[in-house]
Amino acid sequence: MKKYWNPYIETMSRDELTALQNLRLRATVEKVYQNVSYYRDKMQKIGLLPADIQTAEDLKKLPFTTKQDMRDTYPYGLFAEPLEAISRIHASSGTTGKQTVVGYTKRDLDLWSECMARCLVMAGADRTDIVQVCYGYGLFTGGLGAHGGAEMLGAAVIPASTGNTRRQITMMKDFGSTVLCCTPSYALFLGDSLKEFGCSKDDIRLKIGVFGAEPWTPKMRAEIEDRLGLEAFDIYGLSEILGPSVSQDCKCHQGLHVWEDSFMPEIVDTETLEPLPDGERGELVITTINKEGLPLIRFRTRDIGSITHEKCGCGRVHARMSKVTGRSDDMLIIRGVNVFPSQIESVLLESSEIAPHYQIIVERVNNLDLMTVEIEVSENLFSDYVKGLEDTENKLKARIESVLGITCKVRLTEPKSIQRSEGKAKRVIDKRII
Amino acid sequence: MLITQISIFIENKPGRLAEVIGYLGKENINIHALSIADTTDFGILRLIVSDAGQAWNILKSRGLTVKQTDVIAVALRHKPGNLAHVLEELEGKNISIEYMYAFTSRSKVHDAMVIFRLDHQDEALERIKGCDIEIIGAEALQRLDREA
Repeated sequence: MKKYWNPYIETMSRDELTALQNLRLRATVEKVYQNVSYYRDKMQKIGLLPADIQTAEDLKKLPFTTKQDMRDTYPYGLFAEPLEAISRIHASSGTTGKQTVVGYTKRDLDLWSECMARCLVMAGADRTDIVQVCYGYGLFTGGLGAHGGAEMLGAAVIPASTGNTRRQITMMKDFGSTVLCCTPSYALFLGDSLKEFGCSKDDIRLKIGVFGAEPWTPKMRAEIEDRLGLEAFDIYGLSEILGPSVSQDCKCHQGLHVWEDSFMPEIVDTETLEPLPDGERGELVITTINKEGLPLIRFRTRDIGSITHEKCGCGRVHARMSKVTGRSDDMLIIRGVNVFPSQIESVLLESSEIAPHYQIIVERVNNLDLMTVEIEVSENLFSDYVKGLEDTENKLKARIESVLGITCKVRLTEPKSIQRSEGKAKRVIDKRII
Repeated sequence: MLITQISIFIENKPGRLAEVIGYLGKENINIHALSIADTTDFGILRLIVSDAGQAWNILKSRGLTVKQTDVIAVALRHKPGNLAHVLEELEGKNISIEYMYAFTSRSKVHDAMVIFRLDHQDEALERIKGCDIEIIGAEALQRLDREA
C-alpha cells in the first residue's frame, strides 16, 4: 500500500517547499496583477508592485480578499483566465442571495483531484478501494471534488450523492464499499440507521471515512468510528479555494495537513488582522499559489483555528491546521451547507416591505441538523383563515429552501415572541451539541 | 349589511387564549360570537364584539397581530332545518363559504345567528341579495344585544 500519493511533494524538505512556494507565489501575484483588474487596482492603491512580493514574508503586504470582493465582481470578475479556458463552474451560497462563483481550468480540476487523491491515500486508501461518495453532486463542491480524487486514485467510485438512507446502506452492504465520504453528521446518522435496516456493522466493509464540510468534535469521531467500524478522517476545504481536500488529517490525527505546495495558510488576529505565530488561534487566511482559473490572494476563510509547522510523525512536511473551532462571521453550517442569516432576511424582504422579525433555530435531531425559521406574523402576513396562513408558511418555506438549498421548517409566531436583546432580535439559536 | 369581525393570530400556548380574551374583558368589551381555527402551531381567534374599533386598539396596544374583516351575519329562527335552508340558498347561488360559525342569541325573534365569510365576498354579496335569508347589519346586531 502506498504511503503517499505524491511522495516528492509530500515529503520534500521545508527549504525545498519554501522555495517552491516562493516561486509559485511570485508567479501568482504577477498573474493576477496582469490579468485581474480588481487585484491590480487594489495593489496600485497601496503602491504595491508584483516585484515587491518575493517570499512568504512579503505576503502580509498584500491586501485581503473576501467573499464581498467576490460578490462585487460577480460572476467572473476575479477569474484570471478567459472563459474559454474554464472547464467547470461551481457556486456556493452567498450572504445576500448572490452566489459565490468559482471557475476551474482543466489543470485546476487535475490539481483538485490530485489533492483529493493525496487525502485519500493519507487516510490509507488505494486503488483497490470502493469509495461511496454521499456528498451532494452539483454546484456544491463536495460530491464532484471527492469523486475526482477517488477516480484519479484508481479506486471504484459510487457517486451515491445525498439522501435515501435505505439505498445508501443497501449499496454499502451489497457493493462492499470500503471508503465513505460524507458529512460527519450524516455518517453518524448512517451509523444509527444500520439497525433500522436490519444491518450491523459486521455486514459492511467500511474501513475509512473521510468526513468534512461541517465542524465536528473528537467525541463525534469516536462515535462514528464505533458505529461504522472505520477510521475517521477530517477533511477541510472551501469552494473559493478549491473544494474539499485543501487539508486533511493523517493517521497521526494531530491536525490537518494543508497542501502547502498549492495553498499558503496564515492565521491572523480577527481584530487587528495581523499575522499570528504558530499555535495561536485566529482566522485562517489562504493564498492559492497553484491555481489558474481563480487564484485568490489572502482569502479570509472566516474559519477560526491555529497552525503548526512542527514536523509530523507521518513524514509529511506540510503544515497542520487545527480543527476549525468557530467562525468570525455569522455563517452557520447546516448539513454541510453554508447558511447566512441575511439570506433568510432577503427572502422575507421579498414578501413584505419591512422584514418581519425572524429567528433561526438549529437543532440536531437523530444526528441530523434541523433548521426551523420562526417568523413573527406581521399584519401583512396575517390572514384570517387558516389556508391563507398555511399558504404564506409554505411559500416562505419553499422560497427559503430554494435560496439556501436545504430543507427547513417555517413556524409563524406572535409578534414580540422572539427574544430581543437591546432592541435587536437574536437571529440564531444553535442548540446543536457537537 | 356587513359587520366587522376582529381576528387575532395566537400561538398554541397554554394560557394564551385566556390572556387575550382577558384584555377585552378588562376594557368592558362584550363578545357576541367567537370561533377559533387552529393548527398544531397556531390559531386564529375570530370575534364579533360590542365595539370592534376599540377592541382593535386594545389588542394592537398589546402588540398582537390583529385584523378587521367584513363578515355577514345571518339571523334565523332557532328551529330544525333553518340553517340547512340558508346553506341551500347560498349553494343555489353558487356561493362558497370561506368559513362560518353559528351561535344562539337571546333575542325573541332572531334567536339564532350565523356568521359567514364568503369566497369572493364582494361578488357573492351581489348574488346573495335575491336569497331568502335575513342579513342583519352592525346596528341590528347591537340592538339585539340590548333587547335581550
